[in-house]
Amino acid sequence: MTTLSTAPPTSPHQVDQRHIRSLPRWSFPVLAVAVVLGSLVLFAVTPLQGRADFIVFTAAVYAIVQSGVSAAVEGGRRSRDRLAATLTTTALILAILPLIAVLGYTIVHGARRFDLTFLTHSLRNIAANDPGGGAYHAIIGTLEQVGIATVIAVPLGLFVSIYLVEYARGRFGRVVSTFVDVMTGLPSIVAGLFVLALWVLILNQGYSGFAGSLALVILMIPIVVRTTEEILRLVPDALREASYALGIPRWRTVVSVVLPAALPGITTGVMLAISRVSGETAPLLLTVFGNASINMSPFSGPQEGLPLFVFSESGLPNNPSIDRAWAGALTLIVFVVLLNLTARLLIRRSVLRRG
Amino acid sequence: MGLPPTGDKPVSPKVRERFGDRLFRRTTFSSAVLLLVLLVAIALFLLDRALPAIEKDSTNFLTTTSWFPDNTPPVFGIAALVYGTVVTSLLAVVMASAVAIGVALSITQYVPKSLARPIGYLVDLLAAVPSVVYGLWGLFWLVPAIMPLSKWLGEYFGWIPIFQSQGIFGKSIFTASVVLAIMILPVIAAISREVFLQVPREHQEAAYALGSTKWEMIRLAVLPYGRPGLISAVVLGFGRAMGETIAVAMVLSANYQITSHLLTPGGNTLAANIANTFGDAGTIGQGALIASGLVLFAITLVANFSARAIVARRKEFRGAAG
Repeated sequence: MTTLSTAPPTSPHQVDQRHIRSLPRWSFPVLAVAVVLGSLVLFAVTPLQGRADFIVFTAAVYAIVQSGVSAAVEGGRRSRDRLAATLTTTALILAILPLIAVLGYTIVHGARRFDLTFLTHSLRNIAANDPGGGAYHAIIGTLEQVGIATVIAVPLGLFVSIYLVEYARGRFGRVVSTFVDVMTGLPSIVAGLFVLALWVLILNQGYSGFAGSLALVILMIPIVVRTTEEILRLVPDALREASYALGIPRWRTVVSVVLPAALPGITTGVMLAISRVSGETAPLLLTVFGNASINMSPFSGPQEGLPLFVFSESGLPNNPSIDRAWAGALTLIVFVVLLNLTARLLIRRSVLRRG
Repeated sequence: MGLPPTGDKPVSPKVRERFGDRLFRRTTFSSAVLLLVLLVAIALFLLDRALPAIEKDSTNFLTTTSWFPDNTPPVFGIAALVYGTVVTSLLAVVMASAVAIGVALSITQYVPKSLARPIGYLVDLLAAVPSVVYGLWGLFWLVPAIMPLSKWLGEYFGWIPIFQSQGIFGKSIFTASVVLAIMILPVIAAISREVFLQVPREHQEAAYALGSTKWEMIRLAVLPYGRPGLISAVVLGFGRAMGETIAVAMVLSANYQITSHLLTPGGNTLAANIANTFGDAGTIGQGALIASGLVLFAITLVANFSARAIVARRKEFRGAAG
């Protein structure tokens, strides 16, 4: 495709010669090396300093030099084309950098306290500047809260998406679809406030792990609905029709033909939903409240959650607690990334995949 | 309750719907209804708790900047919070959109197909990192790392009012917006990528046939076609940024002032304020926080609906064209 734009014109004498001349491929790496060396020298002899400054300065100089050279040799159009390529690549690097920074920093700092004590002990009777202690109570809490939320949200979300794909026609379907979109954009803290207002304040049920699960359910449903809906729509109608032709009732068709075909996709959606909500902190703050001791029961009394643990430990001014916060963050990231990776692998094996 | 509309293969009225079918259809239908009820309930119960608190407020809820709901008489208002929410999110959206659209262009137009998928996955992974981890990272890495940049901006551009400073930098609105920008970047990038992938191949080939360079092709074919989608992606990112709580609560040193000095520590957002003050809030305090949450809900609702409206307009346009 691109060759079209670089193909030589058929009648060269009508065209400005500069438009045909193009820089060889190797010239840009060479240019880049030259610019880096140049700014290294500049940073050595002038008051300019700092690693970040160096990177920004070098990138800017390279963009300018490259455009200039290209404009002089190849003309303005080609030069702008090259500048656009450089800028989009820069954007890509700029987007990946924070990911590396966050993951790297969390791994380095989290590894300090990511040990057996951390995984098997709670914070009971551990003051902020005491070493030791761990997130056992928080891990238990998170597993219970997210587990209960999944058990409630997945069937509900599944039914809603089945309704949208298999039954909904006309106005009501569109209304439901709009509401799902609205729920997707619902700030997580608002979900927490709702459970606080209804469950904790009006029904007077008190703070508990289950209250947190309820808030997570609200956040999970739209994710499950959206991903499942997308997958269910990919199931070919021929499958459904073949089933109807055998005289199989509609509900059996959905349960034994459509859902099995969509299962890998649905699993992926569910896992992504779990990974999304297990990092939620704000709603837990308002509903689970936090607890330094082990509370096995999600139905009575405040619990701890892993995100909550990270948040409260990071707010303390002592090094042991901040180390614990990092170890908690690492635990959370390991959990979330593993879920994400498994989910992606599953969808890769699925037959139904978007083009 | 009327029967829901039946499917595209209507059951003939003479044949009675089988029991299992009816049960299943009703179950899915009630789940959908439950969803609607849930969202209405969210609005109603928040209102129920918010209104009494607003009534007790001795000042104007909308124009007051301070937040002392548990004083006697209670004094609280959302002016500074709304200002902080909108300003941090706007800044974040400006920073994130530029990079995200570049990323989407890069992945769809420049990077070889075999690399596009893993790189796209890496960018998506940014969205998987929990916000509390961003907060922690922002607090211990970004706040110190951003100091030199803030200092530089303050030193050389201090004559522009927003960059004015008294030499103290760090946990400022600017820092909070950088964290928010990183968090909404994958959202905007993912939607933009989808949009760019939908650009008809014919449009692109036509641009090349006119002798365009790649960049000219992007400007002629890809960007105009994708514009409504891009705008809605940006608006959705804006909504996401406004609702973000914990990361902002961690990297912003909160106060209740409306300040135009973006580099100076201070400022607050609706969501961060709820997270920061909930633990110490009394009865009226909780009501006041719920009231501010309701305002946040309303603002994000407006943002989401405008994003939807923009996409809907595009669908009409496509229908007319095709």
